[in-house]
Amino acid sequence: MTTVAPPPLRVDRPTSSGGRSGGVAWMAVPALIMFLIFGVVPLVGVLALSFAQWDGIGEIKPAGLDAWQSVLSDPGLPHALWVTFLIMALSWLFQTPLSLLIGVFLAGHERYREWLAVLYFIPLLLSSAALAITFKALLDPNFGLGSGLGIEFLNQDWLGESKLAVGVVVFVVSWQFIPFHSLIYQGGVRQIPRAMYEAAQIDGAGRMRQFFSITLPQLKYTIITSSTLMVVGSLTFFDLIFVLTAGGPGDATRALALDMYQRGFMAGLMGPASVIAVILVLVGLGLALGLRRLGGRGDESQLEGA
Amino acid sequence: MELSRRNFLNLAAGAGAASALAACGSSGPGTSSGGGSGSATYWYLTGQPGEGIRKNTVDRFNKANPDSKITGTAYQNDAYKTKIKTAIGAGQAPTVIWGWGGGGLKSYVEAGQVEDLTDWFGQNAAIKDRLFPSSFGPATINGKIYAMPAETVAPIVLFYNKEVFEKNGAQPPQSWGDIMNLVTLFNGKGIAPFSLGGQSRWTNMMWMEFLFDRIGGPELFQGVFEGKPNAWSAPGAKEALTELRKLIDANGFVKGFSSITADSNADQALLYRGKAAMMLHGTWTYGSMANDGGKFVKDGKLGWMNFPGVDGGKGDPTNTVGNPGQYYSISSKATAEQKETAKKFFKDAVLSTEEVKEWVDSGAVPVVNGTEATLGASKDAEFLNFVYGIASKAKTFGQSWDQALSPTAAEALLDNIAKFFQKSIGPDQFIANMNGTIGK
Repeated sequence: MTTVAPPPLRVDRPTSSGGRSGGVAWMAVPALIMFLIFGVVPLVGVLALSFAQWDGIGEIKPAGLDAWQSVLSDPGLPHALWVTFLIMALSWLFQTPLSLLIGVFLAGHERYREWLAVLYFIPLLLSSAALAITFKALLDPNFGLGSGLGIEFLNQDWLGESKLAVGVVVFVVSWQFIPFHSLIYQGGVRQIPRAMYEAAQIDGAGRMRQFFSITLPQLKYTIITSSTLMVVGSLTFFDLIFVLTAGGPGDATRALALDMYQRGFMAGLMGPASVIAVILVLVGLGLALGLRRLGGRGDESQLEGA
Repeated sequence: MELSRRNFLNLAAGAGAASALAACGSSGPGTSSGGGSGSATYWYLTGQPGEGIRKNTVDRFNKANPDSKITGTAYQNDAYKTKIKTAIGAGQAPTVIWGWGGGGLKSYVEAGQVEDLTDWFGQNAAIKDRLFPSSFGPATINGKIYAMPAETVAPIVLFYNKEVFEKNGAQPPQSWGDIMNLVTLFNGKGIAPFSLGGQSRWTNMMWMEFLFDRIGGPELFQGVFEGKPNAWSAPGAKEALTELRKLIDANGFVKGFSSITADSNADQALLYRGKAAMMLHGTWTYGSMANDGGKFVKDGKLGWMNFPGVDGGKGDPTNTVGNPGQYYSISSKATAEQKETAKKFFKDAVLSTEEVKEWVDSGAVPVVNGTEATLGASKDAEFLNFVYGIASKAKTFGQSWDQALSPTAAEALLDNIAKFFQKSIGPDQFIANMNGTIGK
């Protein structure tokens, strides 16, 4: 067939199709360059640094596995991992049900709900550092809300006692991010076909039944998306904890990211800090992949019978 | 995180702007251009009254030298400590590096990042002779001077609220035993015995410094400083830690101290508002308490004394610890013109008569010889003479531990101190942990 085809066509076909796919590939280039420069290059640099000794000021000297050995044998690492996972788990447990409920509530189109949606969104506009400073001042054991208003219940050593401090970190994180996840759920709920609810109503299903049999299963992928963001995002909590507790009291809230900062920038041990950074990346990748698995292969229909 | 974002932006801007900068060809590494070719940069600390005085000195210099200006930028204490290290490591250091001397300066020297000023001081003997000889200790690394001692001498002293003492019929402590009795007394009255900004960690360290000195003598920490094996388990260390633990157990420190930061001056507020009776702190807090505390200092309600002795202890009760001065270094990465400007700044502006007067007015003692007359004429004469007396009569003036040690050892020390105050480790564990960091 090709041999019979007239010459102009033969010339045309490869250029046009080549041009089209070339155009698509070309569009990925800016993103790819950004990712290379700001994602891959630093990552390789950190990996290289983890096999070196550097105080951040002087020369970088190769040091083999020294940094890895010192970090892996340090009891600070399991502790930092534990704190990281504790904050991750607690903030997921606290945020998911609340965001889901608020999201479902805000999905309605009534005027007052739209107003509330705008109000709920405000915490997300504040920077973590500003939030941390505010909460730190409010929870100050001597000049804070508790002693100021004379409310005994609020007058605790919120940030000076290990367990309370972890709780406060989880609370402030949730306070900041619940609006964001509510927004995701709001969008998710609005995408559920109305027909499903109408059918359920005809079948005599109540509100609770509708929520558990329609809304929740339909939100499966939304839940996975939101959870991935929460879980992977919580690995990088730094600014908030740093300002709120600086990892304290003692090392009660020293999560991985903070541990990395303290080793690298305070103690001048860039090698071990890079080891922690590599561990952070691996944990993050592992969690993201695991959560994708949870979501299944993504080819089963969500709208069966709809 | 501010630092990384800054680096990120520098990097991003660097890629595109490299050619543009090269075309201008005006500035060396890490200097923002502005003013003449010899314009230098200078980073220092925020917090009044020091910040204003530093700024005035820069302004006076710039007025007198319109061709070679200095651009000053102020940073908060704890943030600055990290920022300056990162900047030096990235070749972005300011021309004039504000610091504490000691272990931090040593790490810059070893990396070849600061200028050797030995010859300069040799040529300008008048400048050297004008300053406290004791202030040159932390500026000297391996027999060479790498920084100009500046600003004020700041020993750590025991402050107390006279009003609270009078109301409760208490007397200033003359011994460690008195301190423990006062703790019981004030706790019984619902007043915190000691204010402490424990989240900053070096604040807790001041307690350990004094107890180690009073009980084991200055040779105890000297052994650590020299990197002697197991120096932390030398005689006196365990006793000092045990006494400190007793104080923590007896609720000697204000409730919630481990979440209070010194940067916010909340620890000082506790003292001048009468919520705490005493506070162990640097003499620099006198100025800020006079600034922020309303009429507290002016009305003579602030009391002060050197840390009392411990019965049976080896240390001399005249000993003190703290900052023997502040230290200004010159970045070796600066251009020749910038270095000249910086040296001129050191010579003409730093600790000029005007600056000395401003420091004295703020209630601090500059590291300059022969200021007795100025100090005596000041409205804070009583306090200033006390500080001058401590600084000049101390048998040993120990440098703050976290400044004397290398950054790595200092971080390990602060970390273990925080855990010790949180009672998550006891004296034995502390000693074992710290012995493991010797030589690092």
